[in-house]
Amino acid sequence: MTQVDVIAQKVRSKNAGPFWVTIDVFCGNSAAFDQLRGALDTGAIAALYQQPVTALKRFDITDLNVIKFSFPRPVVQGNSKDRDMHGAAWATLLAEYQV
Amino acid sequence: MPTRILIPSGVLCLGFDRDALARGVAAKPDLIAIDGGSTDSGPWSLGAGQSKYARSVTKSEWRELMLARATAGVPLVIGTAGTCGADACVDWMYDITLELAAELGQSLRITRLYSGQTAAIVTDALHAGRIKPLHPAPDISAETLSQMNNIVALAGAEQIQAALNTGADIIIAGRTTDTAIIAALPLMRGDHAGAAWHGAKVAECGALCSTNPTSGVIMVDFDDAGFTVEPLATGAACTPHSVSAHMLYENSDPFILYEPGGHLDVTGTQYHALDATRVRATGSKWVPGPYTIKLEGARAAGYQTTLLAVLRDAHYVSNAALWVEKLGAFLIALITKRMGLDPATYDLDFRLIGANATLGAMENRTGTPVEVGVLLIITAPTQAIASEIGKLANPHLLHYPLTVGEELPTFAFPYSPAGTDRGALYEFALNHVMHLDDPMQAFSLVTTQVSP
Repeated sequence: MTQVDVIAQKVRSKNAGPFWVTIDVFCGNSAAFDQLRGALDTGAIAALYQQPVTALKRFDITDLNVIKFSFPRPVVQGNSKDRDMHGAAWATLLAEYQV
Repeated sequence: MPTRILIPSGVLCLGFDRDALARGVAAKPDLIAIDGGSTDSGPWSLGAGQSKYARSVTKSEWRELMLARATAGVPLVIGTAGTCGADACVDWMYDITLELAAELGQSLRITRLYSGQTAAIVTDALHAGRIKPLHPAPDISAETLSQMNNIVALAGAEQIQAALNTGADIIIAGRTTDTAIIAALPLMRGDHAGAAWHGAKVAECGALCSTNPTSGVIMVDFDDAGFTVEPLATGAACTPHSVSAHMLYENSDPFILYEPGGHLDVTGTQYHALDATRVRATGSKWVPGPYTIKLEGARAAGYQTTLLAVLRDAHYVSNAALWVEKLGAFLIALITKRMGLDPATYDLDFRLIGANATLGAMENRTGTPVEVGVLLIITAPTQAIASEIGKLANPHLLHYPLTVGEELPTFAFPYSPAGTDRGALYEFALNHVMHLDDPMQAFSLVTTQVSP
């Protein structure tokens, strides 16, 4: 098992407006992209973020060697239960995910 | 007609490279555009109608841009003035501009574009079926709309063009899309529409589309077939990868971007390196659609008081979750007994810093930290109640024992008083679009001439 961030160049996350969060996996090269594209199961990533799989939008962007996941924030940005105003720490879960 | 837009940085107050800005001015741009904010930092700015940035920094940077405008002799446009673009923030930015005009001895034609919406206008539109929810959207009604502290509509290119048509030297715009202030002029001059919106999206965060994201200044050339983007700071470069990857940033869909009156589709865009620093992009498509504008609204959702205690005792550190569970139950019972409050009317939220304060229930790592910060966030209907609960909680957060009969523990408080009143907690309460028959229907322009 290997951590995603050992294979990928960078994993980042950010709000996409107050109601969405988006996570970008920059694989860095086509070999890493091909490896992670197969290893990152959409259902497993949905489970990692405790979301229904139908909530996730996934983009495998070959030209950029990027895999992108977007989903509605379970807590709207800034609401009383929000823990991460900019959604930037969400990336750590995917970066540390074992494939 | 080819159009050159100079973007000093991704947002006013983020700083920019002075030499790069001077190079941009020397390159004779047709317009200087800078963003003044976004929803990025949360709902406070829109709820309170205040800028999150320091006035001193805003004024200091705006002074440099006003001087650059005077040298370039072209319009200077700021979008989403004062972080959220509420009318009060437009006026705040206008006051700063007037002060600077006097200090710099500049004669100026200044146009303000107001994006604020009254609850009545939006309610009428709701009843007329002209409001559509985006996904996911909070439920709205005449009642919830009347509770909003501020509602703004995101202006597009048409409203910026109307402001440019006033002959303004400086445009202070309320809420706009990040791209509109850049795309407006090339669109007005008949440049390629897909390129205008795409080039604007690439440049709206300043040098974030380059290999040196903090260097600030970006210049974009638009024409009838595409756009060319170039970072102006020494050592910064745009590459096909850095430019195309920017569509990923803060976008849930990396190929589609919705704007008033249509959407941008970059699925078929081709990126070419012209040289070591410049990238040209062609093939971006603009797809016209209904004329809808996005709405943003914020309302107060209670008032907060916070307290912070730090656990350093190893036994308490390893039992922090159990400790706050017991303390929380104890406090709720005490609040009922001493204050007579129904627990449903307030909220006690403990965040364990060092355990799972960031990710909450999603956290899947465990460990033994040296210490754990216990942040208690109290949310109540009024500040007085939140503050009172904070004072009630204070001695127990300091001394609450994990087990009966043990010697009274005392935890670390970092400051006195332990409680901090945070004021109103605002929440974003709109994720909707409003249909317009005329782009200016929901916006207004005010033009003034100022002389030193």
